[in-house]
Amino acid sequence: MLAPFQQLGHATLGTMQKLGRANLFICHVLTGLPEILRRIRLLLAQVYSVGVLTILLVSVSGLFVGMVLGLQGYNVLSDFGAEQTLGVMVAASLVRELGPVVTALLFAGRAGSALTAEIGLMKATEQLSGMEMMAVDPLKRIIAPRFFAGCLSMPLLASLFSMIGVMGGYFVGVGLLGVDEGAFWSQMRSRIDFYDDIVNGLIKSAVFGVIVTWIAVFEGYDAVPTSEGVSRATTRSVVYSAFAVLGWDFVLTALMFGGD
Amino acid sequence: MQSSKAIEIWVGLFVAVGLIALFFLAMQVSNLAELRSNDDSYRIVARFENIGSLRVRAPVSVAGVTVGRVSAISFDNQTYEAVVEMRIDPKYDTLPIDTSASILTAGLLGEQYIGLSPGGAEEHLADGDEIELTQSAIVLEQVISRFLFNKAEGGGASGGAATSSE
Repeated sequence: MLAPFQQLGHATLGTMQKLGRANLFICHVLTGLPEILRRIRLLLAQVYSVGVLTILLVSVSGLFVGMVLGLQGYNVLSDFGAEQTLGVMVAASLVRELGPVVTALLFAGRAGSALTAEIGLMKATEQLSGMEMMAVDPLKRIIAPRFFAGCLSMPLLASLFSMIGVMGGYFVGVGLLGVDEGAFWSQMRSRIDFYDDIVNGLIKSAVFGVIVTWIAVFEGYDAVPTSEGVSRATTRSVVYSAFAVLGWDFVLTALMFGGD
Repeated sequence: MQSSKAIEIWVGLFVAVGLIALFFLAMQVSNLAELRSNDDSYRIVARFENIGSLRVRAPVSVAGVTVGRVSAISFDNQTYEAVVEMRIDPKYDTLPIDTSASILTAGLLGEQYIGLSPGGAEEHLADGDEIELTQSAIVLEQVISRFLFNKAEGGGASGGAATSSE
């Protein structure tokens, strides 16, 4: 009769323990920062595999998202005779929301899953234990460069996404649909605020970078060291990242734009 | 795996592209460029009975050309008027002292802005000066209700004529 309660308690305790492990893990990884700064090459190699290889995906997605925003925005705005504000609409939605969020989701799919699989496999093939045997701290040598590379890459990728999206909206709006070029840019510049919109978007993307990379490296490190365990960890990494990004996006939006 | 030099070059390019994108967003998409150039702007004040939905950073224009922005809006407890502070680009420092300010609307539903119309005085407005001649925002509900009251007062005999002449 008490079995359901026992299961509930087991699940709760398991979740709590996992959260606790994740926090201890991140604290340990953060102490690896001085070592990373001394051996910057470790970081560069990871920025390459996490950031540079994601550029193409982010650019192409940004272009299409911007073009779709241009088309859809034009359809709605032309009903109100306000085609001139197309630039504001495209830029505001990209810089505030779509840039950070879509980039974070793409980043979780492209880079986060790879990080989880790589670290999980290292654990399954006992490379991490091997390092410990040689008195090398795998958290500082393996995990920390990957974590900081992810945190560094996300804001850059999100900026790139927003810029290319604005260009996409410009091509569709001004090039295809005939919105006035001067109005497109000048309205955008007068309505998009540097601190309220762009800096807040940047903060969002940095927070998402921390969240997605944290989840990815922790799931890999915490994976059950079998092939099935690694595959499950990879799935969990992407799913949890998507949930966390969308949930935190609401919280951050409420804090940044909810006041007024 | 590529050589470490190639990786360094790629990472350098990546960081540069990301920073260029951020720079583009800051200068081309947002108002940062305008904010920067306004550092040595001068300040003038105007009092309005009603500012409608005028907001901080609304444009201030003369003859349709934007010469500055609204920098602060406050309320005067003694005179019950709205006090609007504007920052004007130092390039435009020859506005006469009897310039009048009115709150206008861009388009039918557009944003409100301040339009300055220069007077004929010899002296120029300087930092901290106040514009004496002001005209409040037109509040659409007040215009409509005034119109309806006028119609009702005209009433009866002339009412039918007024409608047909509209």
